[in-house]
Amino acid sequence: MSHPRPFAITLDPGSSLHNHTGTWRTQRPVYLNRLPPCNNACPAGENIQQWLYHAEEGHYEQAFHALIRDNPFPAIHGRVCYHPCEDACNRGQLDQPVSIHAVERFLGDEAIKQGWLPPAPAPASGKRVLIVGAGPSGLSAAYHLAMLGHKVVIYEAGPLPGGMMRFGIPKYRLPRDILDAEIGRLATLGVTIELNRPVADVAHDMAAGGFDACFLAIGAQLSKRTEIPCRDAGKMLDAVSFLRAVESGQEPVRLGRRVAIYGGGNTAMDAARTARRLGAEETLIIYRRDREHMAALEFEADEALQEGVVIRWLRTIKQMDDSSLTVEEMELDKDGWPQPTGRLEKLEADTLILALGQKPDSGFLAKVPGLQFDKEGVLKVDANLMTGYPGLFAGGDMVPGQRSVTIAVGHGKKAARHLDAYLRQTRYCPPPKPELASFGHLNTWYYSDAERSRQPVLDLLRRTSSFSEIHAGLSADTALFEARRCLSCGNCFECDNCYGVCPDNAVIKKGPGNRYEFNYDFCKGCGLCAQECPCGAIAMENEKI
Amino acid sequence: MSNTRVKFYQTGTFTVGNRLLDDSDRTVQSRPERTNSLNSGHRACQGCGEALGARYAIDAAMRAANNQLVAVNATGCLEVFSTPYPETSWQIPWLHSLFGNAPAVASGVAAALRAKGKKDTKVIAQGGDGGTVDIGFGCLSGMFERNDDVLYICYDNEAYMNTGVQRSGSTPAAAHTATTQAVGSQPGNPFGTGKSIPLIAMAHGIPYVATASVADLHDLEAKVTKAMGVTGARYVHVHVPCPLGWGCDPSYTLKVARLAVESGLFPLFEAEYGEVVARTPIRRLIKVDEYLKLQRRFQHLFGEPGQPAVIAAIQAQAERNIKRFGLVEKGEAK
Repeated sequence: MSHPRPFAITLDPGSSLHNHTGTWRTQRPVYLNRLPPCNNACPAGENIQQWLYHAEEGHYEQAFHALIRDNPFPAIHGRVCYHPCEDACNRGQLDQPVSIHAVERFLGDEAIKQGWLPPAPAPASGKRVLIVGAGPSGLSAAYHLAMLGHKVVIYEAGPLPGGMMRFGIPKYRLPRDILDAEIGRLATLGVTIELNRPVADVAHDMAAGGFDACFLAIGAQLSKRTEIPCRDAGKMLDAVSFLRAVESGQEPVRLGRRVAIYGGGNTAMDAARTARRLGAEETLIIYRRDREHMAALEFEADEALQEGVVIRWLRTIKQMDDSSLTVEEMELDKDGWPQPTGRLEKLEADTLILALGQKPDSGFLAKVPGLQFDKEGVLKVDANLMTGYPGLFAGGDMVPGQRSVTIAVGHGKKAARHLDAYLRQTRYCPPPKPELASFGHLNTWYYSDAERSRQPVLDLLRRTSSFSEIHAGLSADTALFEARRCLSCGNCFECDNCYGVCPDNAVIKKGPGNRYEFNYDFCKGCGLCAQECPCGAIAMENEKI
Repeated sequence: MSNTRVKFYQTGTFTVGNRLLDDSDRTVQSRPERTNSLNSGHRACQGCGEALGARYAIDAAMRAANNQLVAVNATGCLEVFSTPYPETSWQIPWLHSLFGNAPAVASGVAAALRAKGKKDTKVIAQGGDGGTVDIGFGCLSGMFERNDDVLYICYDNEAYMNTGVQRSGSTPAAAHTATTQAVGSQPGNPFGTGKSIPLIAMAHGIPYVATASVADLHDLEAKVTKAMGVTGARYVHVHVPCPLGWGCDPSYTLKVARLAVESGLFPLFEAEYGEVVARTPIRRLIKVDEYLKLQRRFQHLFGEPGQPAVIAAIQAQAERNIKRFGLVEKGEAK
């Protein structure tokens, strides 16, 4: 510079930007996406955190599209899914979990109301896929395969699509207009459903229809039975047939005044609650183990008890007479299994419904070469869900594992990916799972205190006298509030904390939707950003020194 | 769909920003156009609370003053780490003279601006607790007494950190420093010493006094902005942890500052003309040991057998603050 400097000053002023303090660093912060526990727990593999992110902004259509990338049936799942996501939700350790199912239902209902449709499928592949069974896993596979560009035809043995969603889950949990609306969306993707079309010989049907591959999703509809001495077999029914008969309404279901249900699973609860609604004066569940060991979910048992269903724990049925049951009291051994005590008791009941579990009706597969079955008659599949017969895949309730609508839908998606890979002669490799975002990764100080929203519940009197839906949906305001309770575990939601708390201005804000970047020229590696990140989306890594 | 506004933003106003917040509710620090008064490349330690507090306060003041601002700096860490000759980290007009005369220099700058008719240019003086509580105290009191049009901001890290962690008049009881070793029957800084400059400032009856914490950005910015709108002598006292002097992890700077507030040891309040007019309630009340045990300067209070009586005495100080300033309201703290 040319101007004269003050006395004894030899240098012009410079900026500290010449001093790259990044050289001090022994650790560097890095942005990452950890796996939110809700996503990790979702059997359908939904990216829950992602769709809640859009819903938080009130961008419901965007949220819907993010959701249906994994699950085509949000209105159904918002109602009937047992939401393991909420059990895993980190917010549960803070106050109560986010009511994910209620927001999902809101998005699903909104989509039906507004007529939102899936995006255009991928270009046609020219391949044809046969799906046997229009239950949750078959429909889900159909949706995903259609989105991937394949032509899908579903053969359904029954008169209407939906499988157990229609013939197993009662109306008071899943209204049929919702079910029809969501299944109806598949038609817009070119999926064809042929009803009343049972399959006798899969290999033949595949060849006859010119199909390149087939997905078997026939469910598990045969009730397991037990021997109970009984004078009048007409008084004894199985739960699946009972629920199916109520749903199809073709012939009146004859129930007595006192109905007993044998079993402790969700189907037993559904059967008992349906019997109440049909006018049974007394409804009694008989289960051989106790409440801690029941297969049904807590809330199902609670709702049944609220509706006046009586549950007798630790009883097995020895004999059935005209108007009474002889039951034996049981005791649990140290492994939690019931052992007979010899103490007998008589209970009044004139109808008995057996709800002892289900198994698939896979007899028609016996002819297909290469298939393997376990001793319960359940079809064995490999890790890709493919059976021993090339191009023949199976999933949903018919293969071993836990059974629920959401698991079935997840199977459908998984099968679709593997089928697609098979059709394209590649292998589907699922992307590696990132590290789980645990509660310890969060800095919960930054989240506002907010109680969980509650869905309105139907009056108890109306519950036991009609099949009206029990739980109402959230309003738009409450849904927005609930979505905003999400902690966004492990995924940046642009709160500006890192940008604000860096003492060295070493975080660059890149604008809405583009998150941030570290300026490693100046970052000293203090770790404040990682410590103060509310959602655990920054990790500190050792520098190579 | 109804269009009722939902008054809930996931993180409310606890985070620096939030994409869901209205622009007017966002902090100065969340804005890409913030001044960055104290720019990158300064030589403060990792996780320096004072560097952060100074940028928070001066950026907010710059926005409030429409970028017409002069800052006078006392000697101390803030001055030393930001301006090693010939570099400067300051992106504002900035002036340094001596350790003890920052308030007097600022008074002079304010007088000069007045004489030149520059009504819109505001003056800030700033320093650490050493330059404010001890060495510059006479000049500060004079500035208050004359009600000069200056905002004085003290960044309180509770000791002379720049020269090697010696005790100041702001060092808390029982804290270990180079001059208050953790030895003898009353280890650390003796109880009953030190002083509260915010209360002394209030005793001068000046228009505005506030305490703030680097852990509560929204609160800090609101107070600085409010102070910038007041004419006359104003004082803002900002609590800024020093990882080096306190012996805590650099990543814990804000955590420790937050615990100081949540325990009641550092009360957040505002006063006008000598009267307390507002206080920031404690959100999640904690016991003082949760705050103390994260810092090596209090390490001698813990372990076996530890100093439970000393911890109880510190707890009593916190409870006195809570009662005196009304920091916990019924049903407020969890």
